[in-house]
Amino acid sequence: MNAIYILWLRQIKRYLRSRARIVGSLGQPILFLVALGFGFGPVYAKAGGGNYLEFLAPGVIAMSILFTAVFSGIEIIWDRQFGFLKETLVAPVSRLKIMFGRTLGGATVAVLQGVIVLCLTFIFGFRIYSLAMLPMALLFMFLIALLFTALGTAIASVLEDMQGFQLIMNFLVMPIFFLSGALFPLTNLPKAIATVTKIDPLTYGIDGLRGALIGVSHFSLHTDLLVMSAITFILIIVGAYLFTKIEV
Amino acid sequence: MENIIEVKNLTKKFNGFTAVDNISFSVGKGEVFAFLGPNGAGKTTTIKILTTLLHPTSGELHINGYNPLHEHNKVRQSFGIVFQDPSLDDELTAFENLEFHGVLYGLKEKKARRDRIEEMLKFVELWDRKDELVKKFSGGMKRRLEIARGLIHLPEILFLDEPTLGLDPQTRNHIWTYIEKLNKERQLTVFLTTHYMEEAEKISHRIAIMDHGKIVAMGTAEDLKKQTGKDSLEDAFLKLTGDGLRDENASAAEGMRQHRAMWRR
Repeated sequence: MNAIYILWLRQIKRYLRSRARIVGSLGQPILFLVALGFGFGPVYAKAGGGNYLEFLAPGVIAMSILFTAVFSGIEIIWDRQFGFLKETLVAPVSRLKIMFGRTLGGATVAVLQGVIVLCLTFIFGFRIYSLAMLPMALLFMFLIALLFTALGTAIASVLEDMQGFQLIMNFLVMPIFFLSGALFPLTNLPKAIATVTKIDPLTYGIDGLRGALIGVSHFSLHTDLLVMSAITFILIIVGAYLFTKIEV
Repeated sequence: MENIIEVKNLTKKFNGFTAVDNISFSVGKGEVFAFLGPNGAGKTTTIKILTTLLHPTSGELHINGYNPLHEHNKVRQSFGIVFQDPSLDDELTAFENLEFHGVLYGLKEKKARRDRIEEMLKFVELWDRKDELVKKFSGGMKRRLEIARGLIHLPEILFLDEPTLGLDPQTRNHIWTYIEKLNKERQLTVFLTTHYMEEAEKISHRIAIMDHGKIVAMGTAEDLKKQTGKDSLEDAFLKLTGDGLRDENASAAEGMRQHRAMWRR
């Protein structure tokens, strides 16, 4: 066993033990699937868009990954407040390894959450178009998870306490979700919105996931994969850098 | 006696505030050394610097022959620490907390690691509670578990930052018994801070009294009493540090945090 593995394992154990959190965090995706999926479904079909639930499901899966991932990263603030962070920071392990272990753990937890939501969408009538593309879908889910856990880690490294959490949720995480093409197609958008969606990394994650799950995507899967990998890589470096600067 | 901790002209400033002001001292191998001082005197900051959590502004340091500035991991492997505030993961069991620590400290071999965890949990009398979540533990049990954890990797030095704060007399007594035993049987060097004078007097070989970032007196409890002409260590302490109230009980690091938070707003 090494340091990265035990840090990863800790995140998984904490996740599996917090049943209330797992069940609680399923409420929002269900609400989105029911209210938006069935509510806008007829209008969407009438406008010639096809099956809205099919379009929406990858977006909702990505949403739950996004929220779980950012939250996992931000948990560092908790560790700082409850003192556990000090225990890891005085250990003879490089900060880089600590950051990797935590981020991998947080990302795994977010993917698990995404898989649970994927299973939920089946209940509402969602179907994957090709089982062979499932690994590709999992890859996109993992990239979304990794990217946003790293973002959460970076944010948590500079925040002192949870007071800034609402700010981050409302002015960063929510816009990232709502302006990502999770809920609407990227075609024929007003210019300003189109530009914003193009700089939102989640757009490419959801587009890739949609491509893998229902076979329809706005960009090519290569573009999505490339953009997601590049941004994930950059955010891991930024997160690692900020994490090494933490003083407790 | 060979010195295991050597500190020369150590200074730490936070945004112009001097938390530790040019202090020098050394601790011998196998010695129990106590740092006493009012709140905000700079004790915790000193411990944080010795344990590589903070960078000093200036000064020379040697821990177990290593330089904390350049040989982080060797220094970290050399000591165990019990922080002032709890630092356990409440969502893990007692055993898992120690396992986490053991792996981070490079005890790779599973059998050896588990044997060591068992030995330490038995030592602090928590073996029968090993599979309970730490959030169900009392303050005293958490403290004992932290002591066990700090010793898993067989350190040369144990740092204890107010280890008995807020604990009942029974637990305090037990904790000091463990520490004394470790010191006598294993020649473990102990560096501690406390507010309980009688505990400091009973357990430590030498005491340093710190105030406003400076060491104002150092020696055995007897030396300090003689030096001040008082009968008890408590009176000697009050004579050396004054009897005014210290309301600035936020540590220097907290002061720095507040300062930083202010700038960020």
